[in-house]
Amino acid sequence: MSAIAARPPFQRFLDEHRAPVLGFLRAMVGPNDAEDCFQETFIAALRAYEEMDGRHPRAWVMTIARRKAIDHHRARARRPEPRDELPEHPAPPASGGLGELDGEVWAAVAALSDVQRSAIALRYAADLSYREIGEALDCSEAAARRRVADGVAALRGMIDREEAR
Amino acid sequence: MSAQHGDIGIARIKDVLRGDGEDRAAAAAARVAELAEREQLLDVAYASYDSPLGTGYVAATERGIVAVALPNRDPDEFLEKLADGISPRVLELPARLDQARRELDQYFAGSRRRFELDLDWTLVPPGFYGRVLRATAKLPFGATKTYAEVAGEAGNARAYRAAGTALGTNPIPLVVPCHRVLRSGGVLGNYGGGPEMKRFLLEHEGVIRGD
Repeated sequence: MSAIAARPPFQRFLDEHRAPVLGFLRAMVGPNDAEDCFQETFIAALRAYEEMDGRHPRAWVMTIARRKAIDHHRARARRPEPRDELPEHPAPPASGGLGELDGEVWAAVAALSDVQRSAIALRYAADLSYREIGEALDCSEAAARRRVADGVAALRGMIDREEAR
Repeated sequence: MSAQHGDIGIARIKDVLRGDGEDRAAAAAARVAELAEREQLLDVAYASYDSPLGTGYVAATERGIVAVALPNRDPDEFLEKLADGISPRVLELPARLDQARRELDQYFAGSRRRFELDLDWTLVPPGFYGRVLRATAKLPFGATKTYAEVAGEAGNARAYRAAGTALGTNPIPLVVPCHRVLRSGGVLGNYGGGPEMKRFLLEHEGVIRGD
């Protein structure tokens, strides 16, 4: 049992960050696989709790979550699947209760580049500030702002094209 | 790009991406404690218990019950105490506290007079305070002693004030029954849960009669 100074009880840390982390992961890997990544994220956070930067806990846990999402994509790419079509991007949630328009947004988010999807997910699914996004993505605040703006522009482009058809 | 029709508003991105996030996140978070235990990353598990006086909390390490929060105490303060005194790897895992919760239920229902729980004394201070609490732990249901008596058992009968202070630091109330220690002359004395709670418990055990 290791004594870790000045860490909040892990339950409180979990309660505080669970919703943004799950939102982020749903946007990153799709709703079907988000839960597994979520468990892996918090188990990894618990394991490394001593190393947490107490000043930026949210950026810290998001860095772990992003790593889990990347691992997940890599594992997926390696795994041979008995299908002709490899889903390169997260599948949108099953249409139960989802409007057609929601499906459109999910599909567009899934089609973003990794960099843009991370930025969009951190900003709009996890509600991080641009400074925190910069910390989580290891870039400057200005770069974080740019990535989010580029992501929004890309989403708009995709959805407009869809609607123009 | 048309501003209203084709425009994908930021509010809409947020709505879609967040959805009913809080409920889903709560369900996903509940599984973390189980996995943490399996991976041996969980140092302290806790759960709530119900009593006629309200909801309280009980916590355990691998060794046994390490702390009890009396009903209606601030749970955050309880968790802080566990994090500071033992380890911040604290998670809610009711399955690990089945026996303790059952025994507390039975105690409040009147069907249990003695707890059969393993105890972890980590949060009990060493020295005189610890000896006072260990002496108190032996007091059976319905029996009482005075502060001077438990002070004597701890090795210094004159230190009855210090004995009172020691009992005030009891991390495992109810199970280590500090409510059974009274001032001389039958005055109930202080209690962490307040004098009404002490009165309730002593009435419950038949030591004093209710009005």
